[in-house]
Amino acid sequence: MSERRCDVVVVGAGPAGLAAAVQASRAGAQVLLIDQSIRPGGQFWRHAAEEHDADPGRWHHGWSTYTALASELQAAVDAGDVEYLCGHHVVTAQQISPAQQIGSAQLQLTIQPVPELAAGARGLMTVRAPAVVLCPGAYDRQLPVPGWTLPGVMAAGGIQAFIKTQGVAPGRRAVLAGTGPFLLSAAASVLQAGGEVAAVCEAANLTGWVPRGAAAALVPSKGAEGAEYIRLLAKHRVPYLRRTAVTAIHGEHRAEAVTLSRLDSNGAVIEGKQRYLDDVDLVGLGWGFVPQSELVVQCGARTRVDVDGSLIGVVDVHQRSSVEGLYLAGEITGVAGATAAVVEGRIAGRAAAREAGYTTGGARQLAAAQRDKVLRVNHRAFAQAMHRAHPLPEGWESWMQQDTVVCRCEEVPYQRLKEAAQTLSAQEPRGLKGTTRTGMGWCQGRMCGTAASCVARRSGAEGAEESAVAVAKRPLAAPVRLADLAERDPSA
Amino acid sequence: MSPVASSTSASDVLVIGSGAIGAAIAYYCTRRGLSVTVVDSGAVGSGTSSQCEGNLLVSDKEHGPELDLANYSLKLWQGELSEHSHLWEFENKGGIIVASQDSSMASLQRALRVQREHGIRVEEIDVAELKRYEPNVTDEAVGAAFYPDDSQVMPMLVTAHLMRMAAEAGARIWPYTEVTGFLRGGENVLGVTTTRGSFWADAVINAAGPWGGQVARLAGVNVPVEPRRGYVLVTEPMEPKVFRKVYAAEYIDNVGSSDGGLQSSPVVEGTPAGSILIGSSRERVGFDTTFNPQAVQQIAANAVKLFPFLAETRILRHYFGFRPYVPDHVPVIGPDPRAPGLWHACGHEGAGIGLSVGTGKIIAQAVAGEQTDLPLEDFTPARFDELSEASA
Repeated sequence: MSERRCDVVVVGAGPAGLAAAVQASRAGAQVLLIDQSIRPGGQFWRHAAEEHDADPGRWHHGWSTYTALASELQAAVDAGDVEYLCGHHVVTAQQISPAQQIGSAQLQLTIQPVPELAAGARGLMTVRAPAVVLCPGAYDRQLPVPGWTLPGVMAAGGIQAFIKTQGVAPGRRAVLAGTGPFLLSAAASVLQAGGEVAAVCEAANLTGWVPRGAAAALVPSKGAEGAEYIRLLAKHRVPYLRRTAVTAIHGEHRAEAVTLSRLDSNGAVIEGKQRYLDDVDLVGLGWGFVPQSELVVQCGARTRVDVDGSLIGVVDVHQRSSVEGLYLAGEITGVAGATAAVVEGRIAGRAAAREAGYTTGGARQLAAAQRDKVLRVNHRAFAQAMHRAHPLPEGWESWMQQDTVVCRCEEVPYQRLKEAAQTLSAQEPRGLKGTTRTGMGWCQGRMCGTAASCVARRSGAEGAEESAVAVAKRPLAAPVRLADLAERDPSA
Repeated sequence: MSPVASSTSASDVLVIGSGAIGAAIAYYCTRRGLSVTVVDSGAVGSGTSSQCEGNLLVSDKEHGPELDLANYSLKLWQGELSEHSHLWEFENKGGIIVASQDSSMASLQRALRVQREHGIRVEEIDVAELKRYEPNVTDEAVGAAFYPDDSQVMPMLVTAHLMRMAAEAGARIWPYTEVTGFLRGGENVLGVTTTRGSFWADAVINAAGPWGGQVARLAGVNVPVEPRRGYVLVTEPMEPKVFRKVYAAEYIDNVGSSDGGLQSSPVVEGTPAGSILIGSSRERVGFDTTFNPQAVQQIAANAVKLFPFLAETRILRHYFGFRPYVPDHVPVIGPDPRAPGLWHACGHEGAGIGLSVGTGKIIAQAVAGEQTDLPLEDFTPARFDELSEASA
């Protein structure tokens, strides 16, 4: 088992991670950038499968930001200032105890090759560094709905990722449903890829935006992006239905139709206000995003529950967490999108380099840092306003059927969860897990965690944060072969 | 906001701890018509009971009161509780101890002779028979022993269903209610004070598992229960490849050991859900929750030796729990003469799930003034010294 040392380790090569790696390198730090994909960009700037794509930016926003970061990264890699380790998972992240500390390293990661990308490569590797910047990003937040296990039903983010890599839509006629501006972005992608969008269903009523307009005005680019989507949807005559949700998906072997329901002010289904929408072969569901928090929890950094219900890492103005040497940037500090992530990445990269002993003092750098400080605050304010305008509908359980599967890995139906919550004292997600196996399978609760937390909390649980941490507690961020665990150097 | 117990909250029995032991006590006490209140500092079963494997073993027991309690508990699981077996995935799968060296086979044979004299059902099996039971076990095996009575349950389901049945019979359960002190009348214990007010009871039962020592100290008595940390690895789900509970001969020595350092020996078993649980390690590190890569590494290495196919199997997660360890390895069960009104039911180390129902039943019998099925003297808390300054 091999070991590497460097000044700053950056985990994730999405918007935040790229910016952090480039910034830390500019300050003079030796950087190791680890990412699970084979090309930089993360989920947001996901690449086409075809290398020779003539216009790779056409599906993307902020592509010029990406190309600038990517070429600077490449230059730093060529100069030997950044080591870019692609196709690798970080499996564990820990503080190094004072007794085991050698030199200035404060944190230790174990990493392994992603098996699908690195045939033949195996084994765990240890990385130690004085400063680590975690930019793990987020994944689609899901709520179960009858029929959601049918082929043709995808996460909204999954649809967009498919289009970015394949250049075509994964279906002919789509319905996007859930909440948040990302539904518009996903719908736009389907239209651009030549697909049809039968409807975009937004569960919120959006009147919430009006009093918070001031916050939105701080980030004009967001307003412009939204307007662009609205124009595109209008051009294709796509109905944008507020206070509406897909409450059932129908089909024998795959999605063929959906039921749309009007929701009351609590987000519960209004009986008698249903509409059957036929000839739909693609359903995209998105209820916002869940930050990947397991590495933060493993490190023991302070966390809190954000306004959107996500567990996020607590950071100061320098993106510094409560753990010495650990910096967090991007969605993990609160879902706020790619532009905010780039700003936070820059701040974290500077601060991490400083922690490792590299300071940048020029007037231009100071001005840039100052600018980022302001941008960060504005983006945060915008994100908070957005989350408040797009809450998870409290009444979502009203569309569940007894047999609707909640945990897909372990095939646990809604009824069993309810029974466990009501009669088996399973009043928090951990209890539900122990009594029903919800969240014990392959995805380790990434898919069903939100729903399970809601079901448990509904039954009067306390300690919302404690249970959110319990859901995010994954001692291994990716599966590891037993042989690799067995070979792990015990002194590491 | 959180409800607060009214000043008139009184019951016959107050149980501290809602793990498997507390749940079994509540279950058997309500069956005797006693009024029961259970308090727990966290959620129901959120301590050791949700962080263990659910063993009902006779194979790792030596002659003595713990073996008697194991046999007695087994009779309850297979007898009066058998109508609920499906609820907690009771499986009488049998256990196999594998010896991979002639020397360990010799010690295993010595152990077998003693166990047999004390009524444990066990048969020595040769390699061919072993392979019939466990086709995927290591080719290094030189012999083995088969224990038909070893069984397995799903510990959280045991805890949750015993607690449900107790609640249906009137028990009141207070999660997130931490005991802060004891209500006293002179020497006598009359109840507890908690973060939600006071609870009065004729009998207060300390079923706090690895926290049992702390609870006892609050009452000014010495019950030297300490946490001993154990890791468990969980594999990806798969078709059944391990059919019994299989472990290596060294496990018995570890269970009986009092060493504070890290010890590990392989314990491998399949589950109805298809994942394989892999233990075991023991280390006395207090309630330290920092990850110990060495423990996980040793467990993995041992498991691969016992079942070579596991090398290519992926681990999805691992977890650890704190086993309530007592220096003499005998659970602490019964009234505490040093603080009349206080009872203990803790210190079962790694066997608490299996021994929960036996413990619960004899406690309930004693509290109700009945003759107990096993003599409580063997488990008495009076065997410990007074609380010394050092341990206070």
